[in-house]
Parts: sequence; structure tokens; C-alpha cells
Amino acid sequence: MTESVVTTSSLPFADAVPGAVLDADQWGIIVNPDKLVELAQYLRDHEGFDYLSSLTAVDYLGFKDRTADDRFEIVYHLFDTKKGGDGIVLKVRLPESKPEVDSLVKVYPGADLQEREAYDLYGIKFKGHPRLRRILLWEGFHGHPMRKDWKEPYYEAEHKPYKSRWPVGHYQWAEDRVPWGDNINYPKGFDPDAFEPAPLPMPIIHEPPEGSDHIHTERIVVNMGPQHPSTHGVFRMIVALDGETIVGLEPEVGYLHRNHEKLGERNTWLGNIPFTDRLDYLSSMSNNFGYVLAVEKLLGDKGKPPERAEYLRVIMAEFTRIVNHMWAIGFLLNDLGAFFTPALYAIEERELILDLFEAAAGSRMMCNYMRFGGVVRDVDEDWLRKARDIVFNRLDRKVDEFDEYLTGNEILMARCVGVGLLSAEDAIALSACGPMLRASGVPYDLRRARPYSIYDRFEFDVVTDDGCDVYARYKVRLGEIRQSIRILKQALDQIPEGPIMNGKPAYVTRVQKGEAYGAVEGPKGELGFYVVSDGSDNPWRYHVRAPSYINLNTLEHMTIGYKVADSVVILGAIDIVLGETDR
Amino acid sequence: MANENQVPEELQQNVFVTSIDFLYNWSRKNSMWPMLFGLACCAIEMICTAAGRYDLSRFGMEVMRPSPRQADLMIVSGTVTKKMAPIIVRLYNQMAEPRYVLSMGACATGGGPFKEGYNVVSGIDKYLPVDVYVPGCPPTPEALLYGILKLHEKVQRQSIRTVPWYRKDTPRGITIPVLGPDIFLPDRADEIRQITMRQETSEEIAS
Repeated sequence: MTESVVTTSSLPFADAVPGAVLDADQWGIIVNPDKLVELAQYLRDHEGFDYLSSLTAVDYLGFKDRTADDRFEIVYHLFDTKKGGDGIVLKVRLPESKPEVDSLVKVYPGADLQEREAYDLYGIKFKGHPRLRRILLWEGFHGHPMRKDWKEPYYEAEHKPYKSRWPVGHYQWAEDRVPWGDNINYPKGFDPDAFEPAPLPMPIIHEPPEGSDHIHTERIVVNMGPQHPSTHGVFRMIVALDGETIVGLEPEVGYLHRNHEKLGERNTWLGNIPFTDRLDYLSSMSNNFGYVLAVEKLLGDKGKPPERAEYLRVIMAEFTRIVNHMWAIGFLLNDLGAFFTPALYAIEERELILDLFEAAAGSRMMCNYMRFGGVVRDVDEDWLRKARDIVFNRLDRKVDEFDEYLTGNEILMARCVGVGLLSAEDAIALSACGPMLRASGVPYDLRRARPYSIYDRFEFDVVTDDGCDVYARYKVRLGEIRQSIRILKQALDQIPEGPIMNGKPAYVTRVQKGEAYGAVEGPKGELGFYVVSDGSDNPWRYHVRAPSYINLNTLEHMTIGYKVADSVVILGAIDIVLGETDR
Repeated sequence: MANENQVPEELQQNVFVTSIDFLYNWSRKNSMWPMLFGLACCAIEMICTAAGRYDLSRFGMEVMRPSPRQADLMIVSGTVTKKMAPIIVRLYNQMAEPRYVLSMGACATGGGPFKEGYNVVSGIDKYLPVDVYVPGCPPTPEALLYGILKLHEKVQRQSIRTVPWYRKDTPRGITIPVLGPDIFLPDRADEIRQITMRQETSEEIAS
């Protein structure tokens, strides 16, 4: 009735852009789709929310109190890289009949890949997006798979545990339920012989500036990947070359798209933890950490972990960072042509840390160690002794060794200094995160900007570098290893005795209705989990803000104008892991 | 024992008589070059297998080749997605005979934890002939080594007279699947059409 007059004036930013803010709830501001761009521009320019962290869609088909008129919701998480703090959540509700909204690419260029993902998986059209094509799946795939009414071929029921397996246990093979006996499904009337595949996407050509000493040659388009020794997995670049100079680059991902989010909605809350291990498979502990933090926000006091568990989490997360950065540096050298020898040095330490993970969690890589309200297993005195031995006696020397061998190395400097420049403004605008952002001189680290867990108790520095190039990224990673060792030393000294779980371990977690965004500063950057709960045993929406994926926004920007050999190094310095990129 | 008699006594310390099969297989198995090609999590364990602690070069296998033309063994290390499957099949076709496939981990073997995903192939053996399966998620480097040793045993037992790649009736390539509305094999078009052209929609069958 009087909602438009009475409540609107009390809404945040109601006066900024007339008619932009429609409503607000405890989780975010609901924005008029037509005024979204204006409001975003205002928030960026006047309120300091310069960083679009996460952009995702939610399908509310069949959700309580939702109708076809507000079936889809696009959720934007904006943050302030200068002041830090909790940021702001914008939501746009779209009807089923016309899921269209203006693209934010002009305000936040970092929205590029995320909008394409929302288009691919939900079929939301972003008006004004320069290349709104499918990204994780391929052009021509039938339907938009993350919609609630789209069922996968092996579909059995909405939620796990499936009745066929628990408690009754009359399991029927999924292959026997589908007519093809395989994980495939074709639309009605599909004729394979009449099928024409879509043409390959061609990169947008950026002409070199006039007057540069560039010799023009015939343009050729080179395909790199998905099977290529330097793309760190199944990543593909379609590169347009002028001589040896890159004039256009089109990243193509999705070759490891394992439907993480769709499976996540079928799984129970607890059942998602082992899947998070397989996101960024080099740093499974950090992934666990991010996910449990997000769900613990919804659990409230029930989810508060005891002291010892907090320390164990920090110890594991920092060990993970060391492992990841060592790997990243080793394989950056691989990309530079020092095939495998530097990587062998890096893997040597990694194995020792993996031994610790194996002793604590039972698995080298897929640790599945954290739970809501704690961790799953305690560590004994022997483990701590071993960990102290590695941290206090070994790792420092190892980093010094790396430093000595590599940092002043002539070849490394010749290949890295001044390559892949990304200014601070561009890094923020393109939503770069983690070492990428800090190597552009932006001191934005979630452990300081929005302290989570017990990071506010530790002394450590946010490592930044003003180099803005590949060399700076290398140095930031090296510096972060040192800071992680610093945190580990404090944590291993202070770790208290006590319980490791809040309450009894349970298979079913009752999560109250609501939504939460929990993020950690993972080794690759801001790893966020956006979860929506309808109060049941399974997430309604489970979205991963994957740092490797969003950092790829910067790739085209950084490689244009460099030689094709540099593109490999630039990609190596982003440090992508395809499990997380493609999810 | 008959062979021993044919070697003069003074040479018996230096000359070794064996079958051509043994020699051929022995040299093949001790210089098997894997393809440098990783798909997912398992690839990390594959790299660790090649690294210092587990040291694949003990078995003559440290030479990982990025080109399929130079590789003998394809280690399918990770989840095979529909988007990737055509490329893997093409890579396999580009490998020269004799070629082997080792399916590493739960995903490559049968889809693993991601089996229900809409973009996941339920095992690479839907498309390629697999020689050795290594279970695990991911398999530890020891498990991969064990799988490789099993492959060595298999190689050692093959006979030059019966191996398929010298026979005339062996097909030379595998049909590459195509990415349509969903992945499909062009040579199975008739089967697909039979179902998609039926009265009830395929969606109804599935749900």
C-alpha cells in the first residue's frame, strides 16, 4: 500500500538514482533493472564500491513466495578495495518471460566472463554485452542447465540422499533409466545428419597503435590448447597474430566443466565439502574453508568453531598457500622454458606438506578436512612436532633458496620484467584478485580487508608490488610464502588444547532460510561461496566465485601487443587451475 | 634349452639368445613415452609421479611428449567432459601404433563423483579402448606406478604375430564424436533418430 512512499526513503541509496532502489531485505538491495547501470555507476564513483566481486544468477522457480514474475534474480556483490568492509549486495529480479537486464560491462569490465556464465547456465540476456556467447558449454547445447526445470540425463530426484540408495537401497543403474544407456539426451526431432556445428569464435582484433615500430604482416589465427603443455590443463586460447605480436585473444574455457553447481544443488550441505576439494585441486583446504565459512554464516551460533579448530583451519589454509605458490612459481619457470627442474625443487617441499595433510585428513590432495563448526579430525602432538619442524627449520631456507636462484636470474628478468602490464585501475576494474591484484599495487587482502576466522590475531603484512608485471606477480607470491610461514609460526606456537567440533558431528545439517556469501583469501585470490538456503537439507543455490575464472578477465587485456611466447608466461603468472575455472 | 646349445661355449657369457617377441616387448616397455597431457586433479598426481619422490624415470618413462605423434601411452588423467571428449579422441587417433590408454582415477574410469553431471562422460571407455584402469580419486602416485607396471606386464605378454596394429583388418581410427545439442557419434545417427523422432519427447523419457 504505502510501501513506495514510506519505506523507500529509508532504503540505502534511495535518493542516489531516483526510482532505482525498489526494496531491501537483510541480504541485499533490490534494484530496478532499468536503473541498474545508473545505480552501479553512482556506487562506483561516489560511494567507493569499485570492485565487482561476484555476479551470479539464481533461479527461484518453485521457491516459497516467488512467482513467474520474479523467477530469476541476478546478484551482484560489490566491495570497496580501499576501505575494505562488508560491501553491498545488489539484486535484480527478472520475469520468466523476459530474462533480460543491462550489462554491467561498461561500469565494471570484470563482469564480462561472469555475465557470460550466467547467460550460458541460466539463459539470462545481458543487453550491451560485447560477446554474449556460451562459455562453459558449447554453442548449440540444448537448454540452460542450471535452470531448475532443466534435468540432466541421469536425473533421479531433486535432492540427495536418493530414495533408491538410502535407506532402502534398491539401486537402479542410471544407464538403465535413459533410452540411450548413456549420459546424453537430445531434444525431440533432433536429426544428427542435418546438424551443422557452430563456427569457431574469432578473437576481436585490437589494432596496434599508429606509429609503433611494428612490421605488419599477414594476420593468422593460432589455436593454443586445450591440449598444450603450457596452458596448465585444458585451457584454450585462440590467438590472432600479426607476425609474432598478439593482436587478439579469445579465451575458451569449459573443457573441465564438471557441473559443480548443479551437483551442489542436489547434494546435501555436508555432501558438498568433498566436491569443493576438487575445485582448485592444488589447494583443497582453502576451498573447504571458504565453503564452511559461508554455511556457518547461515548456521549462526551453532556453527561457531572452537578455538583449536580455528587454529587448525588457519594452519591448513596457510600450508595450502605455501604449496600453491611453490607450485605456481615452479610452473611459471616451466612456462619460461626451464622445463621441470625448478618445478622439481618446488614439488620437493610440497610433498612434505602433503604428508602432513595425509596424516591429518587421510588424503594427500582431496583433504575433505573441515566441517561446519569445526574440523573432522584432531592432530596429535607428533603431527604438530613434524609441522613445527618443517615450518621453523625448513621452509625459510627453501624460500631463500628460491629467492637466490630465481629472483635475480637474468633470463627470468628478461622474460618477466615489463611483460603483461596491468595497472592498478585496470586490475580493480577487471575484478582481478589475489596476487594478481596485489602485484598491481593494490593492498587488498581479505584476511585484512574483511577479517575472517582468527586472522585478526596474527601479525603479517599484505605483500604488494608496484611492478604490475609478471615479475611483480612472481615476487608477490614469494613474499606471500614468507608471510604464510610467519603466520604458521605464530599459529603453531599458540594453538590451544580443546575440542575440535562445535556439537556432535552430524550427517544432516539444518540450515536456516537465508543467503550468505562467505569468502576467503585463497591462494589464487578471493574464493567466495554464495549459498541460498530455503531451510531444507540441501542448498537452493550454490555458487562459487572462482578466482581463477574471474582473473581470466585480465588475460586479453594483458597479452595484446606482446609476443606469442609471452602469452604463455602471462597465463602462467595468473596461475589458473582449470578445476576451479570451469567448475 | 636348445638355444643355449647353439651358442659357442666361449661366447655364452656375452651372447644372449631370446625370442624376437621378448626383445621387442622388452625394449618397448622400457621406453614407453607418455603424452604430456593432463585433464584434472589426477594430472597433478601424475606430475608428482614424474617428480623427485616417485621418479617415473626409473621405468624409462620420464620423457613426456606434448605431441601425440611421439607418444606411446595416453594417461587419461581426470574427468572427461563432453566438450573435451572429441579432442581426446582426436589426440588418440593422432598417436602412432602401438598405443596404449591408461585410465587414471574414478572420473576417467566411470565418471567418478561427477558422473551425474550433464557435461561429464561416464568414462573414457565409451570412446577409447582402455588397457589399464587405476582406481582412486585421485590415485596416489604409487597407485599410478602400479598401473603402469601392470601395463608393462601386458606389453611384455604381447606377441608380434597377433598384435592388432600389424593386421590388415584392424580399423585405423576411431570416430570422433560431435558436439551437437548433446555429444553424439555420427555413425550412430540412425539409433539416435529412432528415439528423437518418436512420439513422446526425450525429456519425458528422462524425467
